[in-house]
Amino acid sequence: MRRRFVSIWYCQLLTDWWIRRQPELRGQPFVLAAPDHGRMIITAASQAAQQQGISAGMSVADARALVATLQVFDNIPGSAVKLLTALGHWCIRYTPVSAIDPPDGLMLDVSGCAHLWGGEVPYLRDIFTRLKKFGYTIRIGIADSPGAAWAVARYGSAAAPVIPPGEQLAALLPFPPDALRLEPAILEKLRKLGLYQISSFIDMPRSALRRRFGNSLLLRLDQALNVEDEIIHPLQPPEAFREWLPSLEPIRTATGIGIALKQLLDLLCERLAKEGKGLRTVVFKCYRIDGEVSEISIGTNRPSHQPVHLFRLFEEKIPQIAPALGIELFVLEALKVEDTLPSQDVLWKRSTGLEDTIIAELLDRITNKMGADTVRRYLPDQHHWPERSIRITTNLQEKTDIGWRTDRPRPIRLLPQPELVEVAAPIPDYPPMLFIYQGKVHRIKKADGPERIEREWWLEAGEHRDYYTLEDEEGRRYWIFRLGHYDPDTPARWFIHGFFA
Amino acid sequence: MPTQKADIIAQLQRDILLLQGLRPTLNNAAVDVGLGPIREAFPDGVFPTGAVHEFISRAAEPAAATAGFISSLAGGLMQGGGVGVWISISRTIFPPALKSFGIAPEQIIFVDVHSDREALWVMEEALKCEGLAVVIGEIKEVSFTNSRRLQLAIEQSRVTGFIHRYQPRQLNTTTCVSRWEIMPVASEQEDLLPGVGFPRWQVALLRIRGGKPGTWQIEWSAGKFQPVDKRIPSLPQPIRKIG
Repeated sequence: MRRRFVSIWYCQLLTDWWIRRQPELRGQPFVLAAPDHGRMIITAASQAAQQQGISAGMSVADARALVATLQVFDNIPGSAVKLLTALGHWCIRYTPVSAIDPPDGLMLDVSGCAHLWGGEVPYLRDIFTRLKKFGYTIRIGIADSPGAAWAVARYGSAAAPVIPPGEQLAALLPFPPDALRLEPAILEKLRKLGLYQISSFIDMPRSALRRRFGNSLLLRLDQALNVEDEIIHPLQPPEAFREWLPSLEPIRTATGIGIALKQLLDLLCERLAKEGKGLRTVVFKCYRIDGEVSEISIGTNRPSHQPVHLFRLFEEKIPQIAPALGIELFVLEALKVEDTLPSQDVLWKRSTGLEDTIIAELLDRITNKMGADTVRRYLPDQHHWPERSIRITTNLQEKTDIGWRTDRPRPIRLLPQPELVEVAAPIPDYPPMLFIYQGKVHRIKKADGPERIEREWWLEAGEHRDYYTLEDEEGRRYWIFRLGHYDPDTPARWFIHGFFA
Repeated sequence: MPTQKADIIAQLQRDILLLQGLRPTLNNAAVDVGLGPIREAFPDGVFPTGAVHEFISRAAEPAAATAGFISSLAGGLMQGGGVGVWISISRTIFPPALKSFGIAPEQIIFVDVHSDREALWVMEEALKCEGLAVVIGEIKEVSFTNSRRLQLAIEQSRVTGFIHRYQPRQLNTTTCVSRWEIMPVASEQEDLLPGVGFPRWQVALLRIRGGKPGTWQIEWSAGKFQPVDKRIPSLPQPIRKIG
């Protein structure tokens, strides 16, 4: 079978992408730059910038001298490959074999695809107009070999992107040697010798070419002329983690649904285990014969591919499924999949702390029944303000570099909101003599403090708190604070904030 | 013969304890929670782990003292990276304070639920989980049936459970191994220094299966329980005899 290849060249890949993200940049001169040996070197320039003489490889300072209004953005390393991969996946609509061709192109194997669009010209026009609509400036070429397609996309005329089958030799002749994807050293040598076109050296004896320029020139030439096969590495579209189970008879019972679910979980978990992945969110959809879809979903606290555990989580929710007249199709779909941590078998049973799988499974059961916000774990945070000195973490593995502070007394019970109390404090900045909380008078026998905690002004405005640790005559211990400074004219506002053990 | 009779009675008592789900722990497996003089009240002088203990408190201040006492016991059980679950309905526990009772606060998983029913369900599930060192539940009402379920959950996993009942409507019979009431007591500074001293509690063990109930005063200082000197007069706190 005759093979055909399409090469797509994104002339302005990164800058077009920036314009897509920030439409106000359209028509503006801007560049992307990355630091290199202490200078900012331009890695990509927009079309408007190029028209004013700015090109990749210049330093930003030189470019600024040319265009004073030049906008400079940081180049994100690896963004080109990421972007090309996404575009490559998108191009799977045109052919199943789509490969990226770094730094700025795609290579599609379109053998036997073009006729579906009514021929090669309408096919290329469709690719061109759709990508143009996205905002990408592209050049495109189609030929028998990837090399020839590459050459015609970059060096051919935009009006004639098609090299008819078997005519790549004639098409390549007027192109410069750059069209052969050669190394810069060979190109330099060719240019020095005055070989500006492929036609000027293609008829030379092969042995002479090999002697002077090495094997790679001949290889590239053969690849372009379709004498030598070239392998392209197509992108593998990620396969969704989804399993189907149609049923012969409509299923109406919970037992039947349970059996279906178990089968699907086994299939899915087997595949997940093979790929070293685990489920975080799964949805189980039941397609009913009356056209309705009933679904239940679960989430786990850490990736799991244990069918027994996952089934237990689902088990609680099976009664929520309304089978009505019956269910004819079950679909189990993993919405969120993560890599599992390699588990190690233990030689003897001992407590392994938070890494233990059975704890994660327990928390899964709790969160699936009660809701995700029921389970909390706290880590210290670098704030003095008591309410902010802890932060919630949802990750069981998360550890902290900051230790828990124990140098200051903190009450074991902290009220969610400080409550106003009436206080008799005769001497300024001394602990109170007595306070009334919930209608009960507490006479203070012992006291510690004050511990002043300033409000973090960069987070919120307000007055500081002067905390006192108090013990009343019955030995009950409280944490009480005065808001703000002592002021003889206005009565101080005192609050109770917690109880010590 | 009197000696034989005593032997038979001791054997019978041990059998009854076994039937009640209280399994004797091997000496090397026993966790020392450092209770000092209180230890003599327990059967065989060992704090019963793998059982549910019940704590009663009737006001906010004793509740704080109870929380402190529970966390210092839990701290002993969680030594070496054990994990605890703390179930509550309206939680006021301030995690940083747990550190001073020997608990690494990040090893505690807090579960906040809305009702006693949910709390009991979570507690039962947690008690079934062998990977946990301790499960603490702040549950107001625990019926006999509920406590029986918790006891059955524990018999497989041997996890220690603490139930803190704050202002319970009535003190019903439960299958819990013990019932405690902790009250705060005026602290005392060394050398008559001013200020508040270490937390000091009056610990009343109202009920203990196979042991001797009693009342003690202890202080939590330097990371362990210290018996309070006898010369300090105990406060005239009426101890209700229940159970």
